[in-house]
Amino acid sequence: MAISAVSDTTLREAPPPRRHRLLEDERWLAFVLLVPTIVLLGMFIAYPFIRGILLSVTSSRVGMPGDFVGLANFYKIFNDGIFRTSVYNTFLYTGVTTVFKLALGLWLAMLLNRNFRGKAFTRAFILLPFIIPTVLSTFAWKWMFDPTFSVLNWLLYHLGLITGRINWLGDPDLAMISIIIVNIWRGVPFFAISLLAGLQTISPELNEAAAIDGAKPWQRFWHITWPLLLPVTMVVMLFSVIQTFADFQIVYVMTGGGPANATHLFATYAYQIGIGTGLLSEGAAISLAMFPVLFLVVIIQLLYIRRVEVR
Amino acid sequence: MGQVVLKGINKFFDSVHAVNDVNLQIRDKEFMVFVGPSGCGKTTTLRMIAGLEAISSGDISIDGNVVNELAPMDRDIAMVFQNYALYPHMSVYDNMAFGLKMRKFEKREIDKRVLEAADILGIRELLTRRPRQLSGGQRQRVALGRAIVRHPRVFLFDEPLSNLDAKLRVQMRVELKRLHLRLGTTAIYVTHDQVEAMTLGDRVVVMKDGMVQQVGEPLELYNQPANKFVAGFIGSPAMNFTAVTVTEANGSLIAENSGLRIKLPDETAQRLRGHIGREVMLGVRPEDLTVAGSADLGHPCFDAVIEVVEQLGSEILLDMKVGESIMVASVEPTARVRVGDKLRVAMRPSRLHVFDAQTEAAI
Repeated sequence: MAISAVSDTTLREAPPPRRHRLLEDERWLAFVLLVPTIVLLGMFIAYPFIRGILLSVTSSRVGMPGDFVGLANFYKIFNDGIFRTSVYNTFLYTGVTTVFKLALGLWLAMLLNRNFRGKAFTRAFILLPFIIPTVLSTFAWKWMFDPTFSVLNWLLYHLGLITGRINWLGDPDLAMISIIIVNIWRGVPFFAISLLAGLQTISPELNEAAAIDGAKPWQRFWHITWPLLLPVTMVVMLFSVIQTFADFQIVYVMTGGGPANATHLFATYAYQIGIGTGLLSEGAAISLAMFPVLFLVVIIQLLYIRRVEVR
Repeated sequence: MGQVVLKGINKFFDSVHAVNDVNLQIRDKEFMVFVGPSGCGKTTTLRMIAGLEAISSGDISIDGNVVNELAPMDRDIAMVFQNYALYPHMSVYDNMAFGLKMRKFEKREIDKRVLEAADILGIRELLTRRPRQLSGGQRQRVALGRAIVRHPRVFLFDEPLSNLDAKLRVQMRVELKRLHLRLGTTAIYVTHDQVEAMTLGDRVVVMKDGMVQQVGEPLELYNQPANKFVAGFIGSPAMNFTAVTVTEANGSLIAENSGLRIKLPDETAQRLRGHIGREVMLGVRPEDLTVAGSADLGHPCFDAVIEVVEQLGSEILLDMKVGESIMVASVEPTARVRVGDKLRVAMRPSRLHVFDAQTEAAI
């Protein structure tokens, strides 16, 4: 008996290998588990971001490391007319498309939330613009807006609404409207499906209770559906605003920033200066100019979402 | 006033006939309970009265006016939902005030009514809270409050107690009864719990497969069930049924099967004259079975073997094997019985029920 008891304790007290002991410690384990994420985030987000900042305060070009020039690049772009146009364009583009995407997306979501035959199929179908690679669908749109082959012109002409060709992408205002249309077309499904998911978490009984309480349909929307959907709406808006603000593909394919630099956004102008022209540091400065705005948007919306969710 | 009349109400969901030709008259100030198993059409009927579900055919009228085409808000009804359906983003006060605000009541009147209802329900200190900060019982009260403040002609309740724990359910049941006595508003109450139906209802509608099986006062359903379904649904533990063949011997009627052979009491025998030589369903409630003693002389008796003994404190439930069937008896808590005991069991002769074997209607 005594012997076995002794051997028992010795077994229990034998120290486990050092490696194992470290993993038993929650702080160490947490660190080990976090390492892959930290490495990935560091390599693909933190490093490029810091490189961008460093680049923006030099006079680097392609093939020339350049010297430290302080804020000269920023000073230069703020006095650049095209840059100011792109800032204006980016805000206009983001603002207008977000309003339309939200309105149309919400409308679509409310329709899809009803019961009808072929509901599942329609819901899947709605997602198409979102699924097709943006570059491909934008090329298709480019054809539709093409001055010579435009199916839109053909349609409007045969409906008797126009007499001559409309040069959609050749006119600065029409070109802006065109890219806005394409962005809305592409973005609505994301709003619709996300808001639909949000709508489905709202118990139909609440609407029924409100109906019995005497609320008319638009009152039910305003007093019940809208406030309950608000947290989801804010998250969807947050994603959309960030994406749209930094949009590149649609403008690049449709107009390339033209005609005469009239439709540049932050991203396309940064690309044109940084890569197209080779002025790396200036391109970096343009990209970075987006950062404070986006940062502010994110902060405001996150604070708002938190407030809404706490209620 | 709050008189509700259903005339030939039908409801189809695609090919499913959910509610089948329901005709009912619910009187003013009456507490009417719809009871039945899941899918019997009771909730659908209630929702049709509320206006949340369209009627396939028939007429619903409230105080003499047909309301088939009226929107829920124009029917002057209030509904309490199973999951309470409180507006999660509003305070308790706003939840209760919402219906009055929508109807453009004056602020002072809203305040008065909400506080009055809050006092009746004892939730005055909860008025600033949000629904999710409340317990189930408190939410239930708020849902009731939201209905009360409107002073509607009819209250509709859709299984309002089914989400509460057993103890709270009993407590709220009593409160609902008290509330109804105090307010005197017509109430239509849907439940699958026959105890709730029996205790709350002035009258009870038993439904099955979309059809009304019987309408009556609780004791009427208990004592004179119209058919085997009602007999089995009302009362707990459920009525025992056993198929017997009716024969005649020496001028008396005998009911027998493999486990029992009893001489039917005169009153029952009268009704079964036309069924001699046929099979009928014999029904007897557990509380109408006793361990045979000297007092039961002349009562119909049979032999049974005890298979399970369930001690409930106030009574003992005996699961007994009678021939090939199982019967349950509820006996005095002082009875000394053990599993495996052979017993002589007596039936209270005036409490025998017989049902047609085919139609299941009471004979």
